[in-house]
Amino acid sequence: VPISGRMRWLLRGGTFLALAFLYVPILVVILYAFNSRRIQTWPIKGLTFEWFGKALDNSGARDALWMSLKAGLGATIAALVLGTLAAMAVSRRRFFGRDSVSFLIILPLALPGIVTGMALNATFREVFHIELGLLTIIIGHATFCIVVVYNNTAARLRRLSPSVVEAAQDLGAGMGRSFRDVTLPLMRSALVAGGLLAFALSFDEIIVTTFTVGGDQTLPIWIQANVSRPNQLPIVNVVAVFAILLSLIPVYLAHRLTREEGTVTGGAAGAGAAARQ
Amino acid sequence: LADALWRRPRAQLALLLAGPVGWLGVAYLGSLAVLFVAAFWQLDDFSGEVVHDLGLTNFQTLADTPVYRTIVGRTVAIAALVTIADALLAFPIAFYMAKIASPRMRGLLIVGITLPLWASYIVKVYAWRTILQENGVLNSVLGVFGVKGPGFGAVATWLVFTYLWLPYMIIPIYVGLERIPDSLLDASGDLGASPGRTFRQVVMPMAIPAIAAGSIFTFSLTLGDYITPQLVSSTQFIGNVVYANVGVANNLPLAAAFATIPVVVMIFYLLGARRLGAFEAL
Repeated sequence: VPISGRMRWLLRGGTFLALAFLYVPILVVILYAFNSRRIQTWPIKGLTFEWFGKALDNSGARDALWMSLKAGLGATIAALVLGTLAAMAVSRRRFFGRDSVSFLIILPLALPGIVTGMALNATFREVFHIELGLLTIIIGHATFCIVVVYNNTAARLRRLSPSVVEAAQDLGAGMGRSFRDVTLPLMRSALVAGGLLAFALSFDEIIVTTFTVGGDQTLPIWIQANVSRPNQLPIVNVVAVFAILLSLIPVYLAHRLTREEGTVTGGAAGAGAAARQ
Repeated sequence: LADALWRRPRAQLALLLAGPVGWLGVAYLGSLAVLFVAAFWQLDDFSGEVVHDLGLTNFQTLADTPVYRTIVGRTVAIAALVTIADALLAFPIAFYMAKIASPRMRGLLIVGITLPLWASYIVKVYAWRTILQENGVLNSVLGVFGVKGPGFGAVATWLVFTYLWLPYMIIPIYVGLERIPDSLLDASGDLGASPGRTFRQVVMPMAIPAIAAGSIFTFSLTLGDYITPQLVSSTQFIGNVVYANVGVANNLPLAAAFATIPVVVMIFYLLGARRLGAFEAL
């Protein structure tokens, strides 16, 4: 590529700038988690592990973490079932309305989070008159998590040659057996990756959650509620470190599982979008 | 049962689609329809209860209240400024990844950009709250040069949104630039075009759909957010008004009416982005 040496250096500079911009804030929060003083001034005067113990003892944060795990697990299971079914239907054959199905699956991500949140809130309260709580959070999260499972399984099914299933059936396996013994093992890592991403998406989500949560708190909502309490900030910093780790570890694992398909890094722009709305 | 299904592909399809379409097509689209209808409901002045009578009162209120018009204008303006800033920041790194970096380096950079995208949203906003505060990192660093940071306010929301959505812009631009064959750039140079001319006449026309694709995210995500404005400013965005009316003010119909505005804005934005070829670049 005909690019002058000076231009190359400018582009390197721009790359470094963008990376520094992306990482410095995250590093600052991590550093503050070890801050020995209660107040959050810069520069930090000394380091300590003290707040990690205090954070583990904080019942509010623990309850919120527990709530987030339950919601994430529920949403992941629902998304796994629905996303896989949809991917199998769409990849299997062409049918009338096939494009509408993929559109429908992406829609909760394409619309701003307040719209999805408001819509569910209005329906729960005004139509079904149900109490907001764990169940409504799971319904909300599953709605926008379906797409990541769908993306991963659909990408895998596209790569999967239909002849292996046909071979199994020629050899006498029924539909159930060929699914259990052939399709499922070949899809396993894509399913695990999709599930991990769905969990990460749910674990992180805050906007739709604020409309479906009722009186409880998920971890992001606990953080949001506590950032305006100066006394709580040392504990918030530690919880923040946990929140980063708990959302990045599943994503990293999912990336390792589906490297050839690139659904984590490539399709992530679309898929990750809604969670952060 | 399995054998009966095997002979009926339509029934098979129906069984596969019943769950997902039931959930998204009936429950989710149904909720969106409820939201749309709720925008035409009203609040009883005396009891404060929602009355399911249809009328245009809420839209009348929105149109007649100058503050609401200002808030819509501000949200759209900041979303546009965030989009511009992200495009400028994303282009060099995307170009470096697509055309200069070694395959190994490229792989590392892709992961390096994707990870912050997935790192907890609320933590990232909180990080900026810490950085921007009076005794925070930014003022401390800028203090060396005798300058002060923006503090909390509209500028802070612009900065934080630019930060939050940057990866959503980098990835589509990278994908778009990677599709330009190196030989095309070489050919342009061999035919005597200066690097500037190659950039303007070869790279840019092929990068614009990708930038438009990325801008859908940066624009739409800013339009729908209310947490960031809440944490780094006291500035009101569309989302703040919606949230306040669902919660504190308990005026669901007005909130629903206001929530239709970002949807309408996004429909127009998507139509414009489609003309620039954004959908082919997604």
